Amino acid sequence: MMPIRRIVNGMRELAYACWHSRVSYLFVAPFMLAFLIFIIIPVFMAAGLSFTNYDGFRFPSFIGFQNYISLITQDQVFLKYALPNTLKFAVLVGPGGYILTFLFAWLIYQLPKKWRDLYTLAFYAPSLAGGIALSVVWTTAFSGDRVGYVNNFLLKMGLIDLPVTWLQDPRYLLNIMILVTLWTSFNVGFLAMMGGLATVNSELYEAGRIDGIRNRLQEIYYITIPSMKPQMLFSAVMSIVTTLRAGSISTQLTGLPITPQYSGHLIINHVDDYAMIRYEFGYASAVSVVLLVMSYLLMRFFYRLLSTKEEAN
Amino acid sequence: MSIRLIMLRLRSVTFTKVLLYVMLTGLAVFMALPLVFIFNQAFKPLQELFLFPPTFLVREPTLNSFDQLFNSASQQYVPFTRYLFNSVLVTTLTITGVIAVSAMAAYAFAKQRFPFKAFMMSLIMISLMFAPETVGIPRYLIISGLGINDTYFALVLPFLASPVSVFLLIQFMGQIPGELIEAAKLDGASEFGIFYRVVLPLTTPAVATISIITFQGVWTDIEGSTLFIHVETMKTLAYYMTTLVSAIANNVAGQNVAAAAGLLLFLPTFVIFLAFQRKVNETMVHSGMK
Repeated sequence: MMPIRRIVNGMRELAYACWHSRVSYLFVAPFMLAFLIFIIIPVFMAAGLSFTNYDGFRFPSFIGFQNYISLITQDQVFLKYALPNTLKFAVLVGPGGYILTFLFAWLIYQLPKKWRDLYTLAFYAPSLAGGIALSVVWTTAFSGDRVGYVNNFLLKMGLIDLPVTWLQDPRYLLNIMILVTLWTSFNVGFLAMMGGLATVNSELYEAGRIDGIRNRLQEIYYITIPSMKPQMLFSAVMSIVTTLRAGSISTQLTGLPITPQYSGHLIINHVDDYAMIRYEFGYASAVSVVLLVMSYLLMRFFYRLLSTKEEAN
Repeated sequence: MSIRLIMLRLRSVTFTKVLLYVMLTGLAVFMALPLVFIFNQAFKPLQELFLFPPTFLVREPTLNSFDQLFNSASQQYVPFTRYLFNSVLVTTLTITGVIAVSAMAAYAFAKQRFPFKAFMMSLIMISLMFAPETVGIPRYLIISGLGINDTYFALVLPFLASPVSVFLLIQFMGQIPGELIEAAKLDGASEFGIFYRVVLPLTTPAVATISIITFQGVWTDIEGSTLFIHVETMKTLAYYMTTLVSAIANNVAGQNVAAAAGLLLFLPTFVIFLAFQRKVNETMVHSGMK
């Protein structure tokens, strides 16, 4: 009887504590409600739907792991294009963009204070404009005839002999997507890095010099990065999100939901393909679950790498 | 001897400084190129679009493309101004909503103790990496389940769940001294009074920052208009912009109008960011995740 009584007492105490903090719950309620409806439930629904066959009209029927099995054994487009493309895109845009972000934030921070804001603005502006506003630039610049700006420039420099259809040619599309996304990768995470650099105690640099730090690279590695790990973690998470969301750039560049010969096909486009064009919602959900799990694991990895909490290491 | 050494060091310092300036300025100009281009393209008269070789800078600026844009209409005969109105309304509502909802939640998370707080906060931390695009289908089902598709609610409500905003606010409110809140409590202020009169005024930099982030997200969002809205008159400017851009894929003539729309999408965000940049810097110092 004792354990049961203890549980009952515990429950009663918990209920009392909850009632006692009812004001706090009122404060968080509006947010938590929206959070639940538009983030938590959708994620669980996606997970649930991924085990079904659902076309949007009939009630979803349970088919177990069938969607996942087809995904890794039969879906040639996924295995041949979406997955490798996404890996290439993610590696170059994610870590690549992240390193560039840190590098430029650090360089800008070496400037006198009054100039920093101006340079920060110049780097941040493209991401501020957002992909949609900039899509007009890319479509014009990479236009396929000799009037296109990139073609014209390269022709004049003698680097190419004939105009290249940049956005229609499967050989170039993915690289252009990467380039264009890198342009907008100086996002909130970049601002966070700038904030992080400002928190580094400048006395540490002096102490480091006494302790025998000889050059700037050592200084960055032994003092700057360890001091601003929390901001770097936030920045890393932000760059995962931007990389994850960036898939729509292929549609904006080519004007097509499916890029020529799947050359710019990313996992997120694969989701859109099955959801919006084929109405195979169950299968599309399975693909998006794979994407969510991948980005979650990536985030755990960064936590391991950059967390300053003891138990996470 | 020592003077020469100092001179030598001075020279090498200034040299690296100069190199730094030149390099960063070059890069900054390079980064800003697309925006300079949009700006110039938007003011080009029609004949300058067809010049060969193509010109980067505008020669005879006109407001024609803006004129054309404001008098234009989509294929369904929805005037441009309707999209603009929708965007302004949705953005205003969303920013107000996000500030209210996130600040209240952040206050409780940062300054109060209650059961399940750690659990809720860890959920928020995980969902910092959440991209709404990944769960478009369930979101669509939920929006239609709530019966709010084709209303402004469908464009506003999903944005209220903004983990990044809550996170930044929690971090910023965390450094408000607890004594201040205790003092207000002793003076007989209610919890809401403390939040509204003491905490919120001290959080303005973070509020400004999340306003910019939210503004940027909503103002350039196309997901809502594509998925949840089927009536053309309820769609937003960013959505209209995508139709303009897909129209110029094979057509040079619309480039300046599309650029004008792009400029209209970009300028408000830019101006707001410029106004609040200092506050953003202040907030970002506290953006660290531990």
